[in-house]
Amino acid sequence: MKTLNKLVAIALPALLLAGCELGSKEQEQVGPRGTALVLISDPDSKAKVGEVPAPPYELTAEMIAGDKASTAYENVQVLGNVSVDEFNYLMQAMTTWIAPDGSNIKDAGCTYCHNPENMASDEKYTKVVARKMLQMTQNINANWKPHFAGQGVGQEHAGVTCWTCHRGNPVPVNNWSTAVPDPGTITGNKRGGNTPAQTVAYASLNSDPFTDYLAGKDNIRVGGKEFPTAASKAAIQSTEKTYGLMMHMSQGLGVNCTFCHNSNNFAKWEDSRPQRVNAWYGIRMVRDTNNNYITALGDVWPANGKGAYGNRRGPHGDPLKVNCATCHQGVNKPLGGYKMLKDYPALKGAAPVAAPAPVVAAAPAPAETAAAAEAVKPAA
Amino acid sequence: MAYQNIFTQVQLRGELEAGVPLGPNNDTRFGPFGTSWLMGKLGGAQLGPVYLGKLGLASLLSGFIAIEIMGLNMAASVNWDPIQFVRQFFWLALEPPAAKYGFTFDVPLAEGGWWIAAGGFLTASILLWWARTYVRAKELGMGTHVAWAFASAIWLYLVLGFIRPMMMGSWAEAVPFGIFPHLDWTAAFSIRYGNLFYNPFHALSIAFLYGSTLLFAMHGATILAVGRYGGEREIEQITDRGTASERAALFWRWTMGWNATMESIHRWAWWFAVLTTLTGGIGILLTGTVVDNWFLWAVDHGFAREYPATGVVDPATLPGAPQ
Repeated sequence: MKTLNKLVAIALPALLLAGCELGSKEQEQVGPRGTALVLISDPDSKAKVGEVPAPPYELTAEMIAGDKASTAYENVQVLGNVSVDEFNYLMQAMTTWIAPDGSNIKDAGCTYCHNPENMASDEKYTKVVARKMLQMTQNINANWKPHFAGQGVGQEHAGVTCWTCHRGNPVPVNNWSTAVPDPGTITGNKRGGNTPAQTVAYASLNSDPFTDYLAGKDNIRVGGKEFPTAASKAAIQSTEKTYGLMMHMSQGLGVNCTFCHNSNNFAKWEDSRPQRVNAWYGIRMVRDTNNNYITALGDVWPANGKGAYGNRRGPHGDPLKVNCATCHQGVNKPLGGYKMLKDYPALKGAAPVAAPAPVVAAAPAPAETAAAAEAVKPAA
Repeated sequence: MAYQNIFTQVQLRGELEAGVPLGPNNDTRFGPFGTSWLMGKLGGAQLGPVYLGKLGLASLLSGFIAIEIMGLNMAASVNWDPIQFVRQFFWLALEPPAAKYGFTFDVPLAEGGWWIAAGGFLTASILLWWARTYVRAKELGMGTHVAWAFASAIWLYLVLGFIRPMMMGSWAEAVPFGIFPHLDWTAAFSIRYGNLFYNPFHALSIAFLYGSTLLFAMHGATILAVGRYGGEREIEQITDRGTASERAALFWRWTMGWNATMESIHRWAWWFAVLTTLTGGIGILLTGTVVDNWFLWAVDHGFAREYPATGVVDPATLPGAPQ
């Protein structure tokens, strides 16, 4: 009996602590005292910063200045203005990034996208996708600089390459597709959440906050003004969906809420940290990427079970799309902020394409700006 | 033999005590059933008599139906799989109707109608149980303190699930049934309304809640500490102050300069407990109906401090910002 009691006395506290992360934590104070503005991380469970593969070879100025790829190759629609040497350099890098030779990926190497008999042919859907992805990468680098800006204004931004997301996989590991819709009955109906889902850190929140916010443009802002107005209509249920998205961002970036927000009033911008602005642009960048590049490929994506390289669509038929974790992979600066883009100038892209870039209109008079700010606030 | 307190209690065994005879217009009682050594360790050893009556029966029946509706809806949500029901139990929910339905009873069962039904039966069960505590207290010639304390808790329950949703014009404001879902609701509610910690009634409620535990600890400790002088016979000590009561009072006068009395300490405890849910209910009721953002309200009313702004500007207000 005594032994049993002792065993229970030892086992019970151990069981109660089983969910805890033991060991000392790293803390960083990021705001005034007494505001809980502190970033706490457990060194043992921090996501590892991914490694960056070396460029295929050194790209010299002469190589960049050489003849254009469009003069040497046929059907070069996006990279026609890039020199032949740089074009080949980038193709080699892309192979390493997406379907590296020697991996167990089917058709790894050039043939993952190209027909070796006719490299110019678009017969493989993967080549058509790759072309769109090049445009997407250029669009992100050229038009979404505010997402990368902030602390290092004026510095060269890290930018993105295919590697930022792909990391040697044909499909980035972190992706999402629309959850199966409401069945309309109570059987099998989780109301979009109430499930131990990884996407929302195992809370019972809406486990697909992506469809409405990262493809759709639903209002994420739920916090109200001081007193209720006709505009303050956000329901608790939409607040929970916003909360779900925030849990994804927190997990995807490996940060606390206070990385962006002041928890005294989550909605208030004036007390927030500048990182929240980066995140705001990031959400819009992801929408642009999902809608104008991935979903825009339409039937290029093979139906599930029909593609040569496995499924590219979710259970509901929509293509696999990106969220914050696709690039960030648990790290607040993907690849530790490594400035990888500088080695691949062809991916920098030209400034404003047709995509919905943040075009700065003529600045309105200050009074007007204030009025506009007021008008937006009810939803803020 | 020294007087025995709760930890060394002598359990009485003898003829079972049926209690005072019932007046007219009463239902029959069940029991007494016997004694239990284990229950005697925790309290009185005698089990029963139980007075169920019409109110008790109706309350249990309503409560059973409510729990059944919740449980079956949750079971349906995992395709009636008993293993998944157990594994996911803490996540499962019966959710109120979506905001598009407003505050009407014309909601399809599968779209939240079951939530309204479960809430209705649960409310009926609770109100019937309240009536039972009132009527039984009257029958025993007692005051109705228990019933009114219970009513305070029912007030908070009704505010959360019925009165506030009615005033907001939307069932979607109400709390879902479910373990984690109702906790997530709580967190979302606070964030949506600008942080409930800046709601002064929430602050009062917390003060009374923590105060209740403090009073409970102080009173429990005091009485146990004078148990060796018969201090737990509090009722006798109220009318005929004995050495236990004298020592307990002196202890608090020595340590904090003043003491509650054997009678007043129970009023303190009762009011602290009652005010916890009373003020809490007021705080919830004002949220969204009168105040939409408690932080901004608190700063405006000198209740919270405004910290220096970080210089961050809402990017949506910038001209030409992407939407």
